[in-house]
Amino acid sequence: MAARSFSISRLPGFNAIAVLVFVVLYLPIIVLVIYSFNAGRSISDWEGLSLHWYAVAWDNDDVKDATIRSLYLAVTAAVISTAVATMAALGTTRRRAFRGQTFIYVMINQPLMVPEIVTAVALLIFFAAIRQATGYQGMGYLVAAHAAFCIPFAYLPIRARLEGMDLTLETAASDLYASDWQVFRHVTFPILLPGILAGLMLAFVTSLDDVVITVFIKSAGQDTLPTYMLGQIRRQVTGEINAISSALLALTVALLTLFFLLTRKRD
Amino acid sequence: MSPAEQAQIRRAARNGWLLSAPALVILALAAVGPLIIVVVYSFLLPGKYGNVVWGFSLDAWRGILFTRDIFDGTLAWADANLTIFWRSVKLSILTTVFTFVVGFPTAWFIATRPPRGRALWLFLITIPFWTNLLIRTFAINEIIRNEGLLNTTLMRLGLISKPIEMIYTDGAVFVGMTYVYLPLMVLPLFAAIDRFDMRLLEAGYDLYASRWQVLRRVILPIVKPGIVAGSILVFVPALGAYVTPRILGGGKNMMIGNFIELQFGQGRNWPLGASLSVTLLVIVTAALLVYVRYANGDDRNGR
Repeated sequence: MAARSFSISRLPGFNAIAVLVFVVLYLPIIVLVIYSFNAGRSISDWEGLSLHWYAVAWDNDDVKDATIRSLYLAVTAAVISTAVATMAALGTTRRRAFRGQTFIYVMINQPLMVPEIVTAVALLIFFAAIRQATGYQGMGYLVAAHAAFCIPFAYLPIRARLEGMDLTLETAASDLYASDWQVFRHVTFPILLPGILAGLMLAFVTSLDDVVITVFIKSAGQDTLPTYMLGQIRRQVTGEINAISSALLALTVALLTLFFLLTRKRD
Repeated sequence: MSPAEQAQIRRAARNGWLLSAPALVILALAAVGPLIIVVVYSFLLPGKYGNVVWGFSLDAWRGILFTRDIFDGTLAWADANLTIFWRSVKLSILTTVFTFVVGFPTAWFIATRPPRGRALWLFLITIPFWTNLLIRTFAINEIIRNEGLLNTTLMRLGLISKPIEMIYTDGAVFVGMTYVYLPLMVLPLFAAIDRFDMRLLEAGYDLYASRWQVLRRVILPIVKPGIVAGSILVFVPALGAYVTPRILGGGKNMMIGNFIELQFGQGRNWPLGASLSVTLLVIVTAALLVYVRYANGDDRNGR
């Protein structure tokens, strides 16, 4: 046997467990994707490759509505949360610590710390009162809730980018009589852009994934793709859900790949 | 401090607040503020068809642990509630422990890959992390349900004659939660191990420590902040889990999250739902405070 070089960091059994973990982590997802292309009804019998379930999902008006609603919600929430998170990041980094800064951090990260079910209950109660008072039944509730819980996800990559930025460029611009707005528009913003795009993407994915809060606060007929799927799973498991899941999965992987390319350090 | 400097500090603070204001307003209206209303509602009376009747009452708080006899009005332990609390705590602790047991070797594996491969392995952990929790729970459901892949395969192989009933059990919820929350354990562990100085291992081995001793006396104490962070990140959402127990546990194997939802649905007891939510929030906040103390304690030791 060839002598294996002694690796100082090797711990017995660790590699085997790790490989097993990756297999177990991916196996159910891969099975789900494979069976979304199954021609037959069941998950256990393979009856040939087909796009049947994708066609079924595509022709289902409920799915179409839910998809449009999900995308609308995710785009709106991502844009709003990223805009306000960018401002907050500019206000809380690269300056002397000021009184109340910790409070702002805690507020911004609050959605990460409170269990989703508790926020969902709180919003249900609050929005029910507003509904009663105003009679408004629109998408505003969902947009506000999604925008709020997306803020920390948008804030983190933007802040990380800001902290790694070179202050001298902005100082140079100011020295050359650029106004504050010109400095931001022509210097800060272009350098910050990858962070902002990363924040947009994380916020988008976070909104797209949400189940609990949406289930609690949506009005009748406001199903998003995840809440529609949750309803369907309870009734009957169909290939249609497999197809929708696989499509969402593909979207998530595409966005994540883009995110990694954007935030990759060039070294 | 010169007046100019003071003015600068004031300007920085004012701009900081102004720039953060829009985010703070949205969070106050649609995240933090409503939490206060939940506390208020927990002291009110339930309405007949849901919602609340205005009137002070401690019934909702009593209702967490006790049930009042309809006939003689005496209080007795609410066994059903206690079963649900115990199940939630038990499954959350089991999930946290098990994700650590398999997550630590995984994080170690990723952190000790050569730099080129490491990014790929890390990416492979990140994909499930960002994949919809509903989809991942659904994927597990497809494997373990009675007509699922596991049962049909075993039956086809002739190993079993009728499906093993795995779904709608506590075990299924445990498996599902371990599956969906594992990346939350691996990522902070990886971050901690990544900063670990591997030369310390060399020192340990040079001093005749066994692998076990090195693991226990050198590695684990140093990566402790990562262990605490990972445990909190798994325990908190596990305790408040809603989707996974709903799909894999069915109606019978409820956890606190499902029990809370019940109060706003068929239960028609909003105040009880509110008091349960506040209780959950208090437990989670306590866990977070413990975490903050641990993290700061390590800072003081100069790490």
